[in-house]
Amino acid sequence: MSDALAAHAGAHGAHAHHPDLQHHFDTLEQQHEAATLGMWLFLITEVLFFGGLFLAYMLYRIWYPQAWAEASLELDIVLGAVNTAVLIGSSLTMALAVRAAQTGQQRATVVWILLTMALGLTFLVIKYFEYAEKFEHHHVPGPTFHFEGPNAGPAQIYFSLYFLMTGLHATHMLIGFGIMAVIAWMAHKKRFTPEWYTPVEVSGLYWHFVDIVWIFLFPLLYLADRAHHFA
Amino acid sequence: MAGHISPKSSYYAIFSALMVLTGVTVAVAFVNLGSCNFPVAIGIAITKATLVILFFMHAKYSSQLTKLFVGTAFFFLVILLGLSLTDYLTRGLRTYPGGAGGAGYGVRSAAPATPARGGASPGAAH
Repeated sequence: MSDALAAHAGAHGAHAHHPDLQHHFDTLEQQHEAATLGMWLFLITEVLFFGGLFLAYMLYRIWYPQAWAEASLELDIVLGAVNTAVLIGSSLTMALAVRAAQTGQQRATVVWILLTMALGLTFLVIKYFEYAEKFEHHHVPGPTFHFEGPNAGPAQIYFSLYFLMTGLHATHMLIGFGIMAVIAWMAHKKRFTPEWYTPVEVSGLYWHFVDIVWIFLFPLLYLADRAHHFA
Repeated sequence: MAGHISPKSSYYAIFSALMVLTGVTVAVAFVNLGSCNFPVAIGIAITKATLVILFFMHAKYSSQLTKLFVGTAFFFLVILLGLSLTDYLTRGLRTYPGGAGGAGYGVRSAAPATPARGGASPGAAH
């Protein structure tokens, strides 16, 4: 670290500063604050991105409550619950990865991030089996769609929203997986210090956001109207 | 520049709370609370999301400006969902001179005048 600092200072002539401090910021604190704000600004657009789909879900649910209740029963509540636990677990390992970076534990940072990636992958594998089951039962919207009873039409809308919302979520998971691979590599290369770990923190914010989306998707899609069928 | 470092135990505590709430929301899903099932499920989800945002995402220990950004996301989400639903959720409340129920409920086959979800109606069980 001190060598890098010295070399960087040499290249700059008189002024010495932390090698990770960009010139348009006064301090590392200010730089960290700006990066965090930038990520939150992006997450605001993400909230509204998913918000549009949540609104579509709510409106069709109000219009077709019967079809919503029937179609939501087709989802596997056990797989949904397990995936919720897996994703919350990955948020825990992510939070611990950020903590390890904050406290300068390079190896622990790598391990926690690899664990986060493993849990993310577990989620996607379970999701794959759920999707495969939907194909088998002809619950994928399109020419081959089949649903027993008089609510086949609106049920197809339900499954369209199911695939749109979970698909968009899974896409975010894949992107998060790629980001984590880069962060793990950077941590492995000992790029982070207690003074500068902004990439870990900021990509952690993204990962937690994706977890939050699922926290809402799970009750909306899987639990929706289950109780009323056991009354 | 380490920012706030939470003890590991606090992260495990939040994780435990999130898992308990997941268990509760699954269990409650099998109990018929009538029209309350949906609000309860959403309430638990909001509680879980709040825990993640405050502690895992460090919003509790962030600057006022960051907190404002966090709040902004949900302020606009509430406008998007809330204002739209003031229309769709209240269409059934209005009775027109001709005696017809809310126009928005024309697509529903049963109970056109009540905004309660059809899952709770007698015809729901198949």
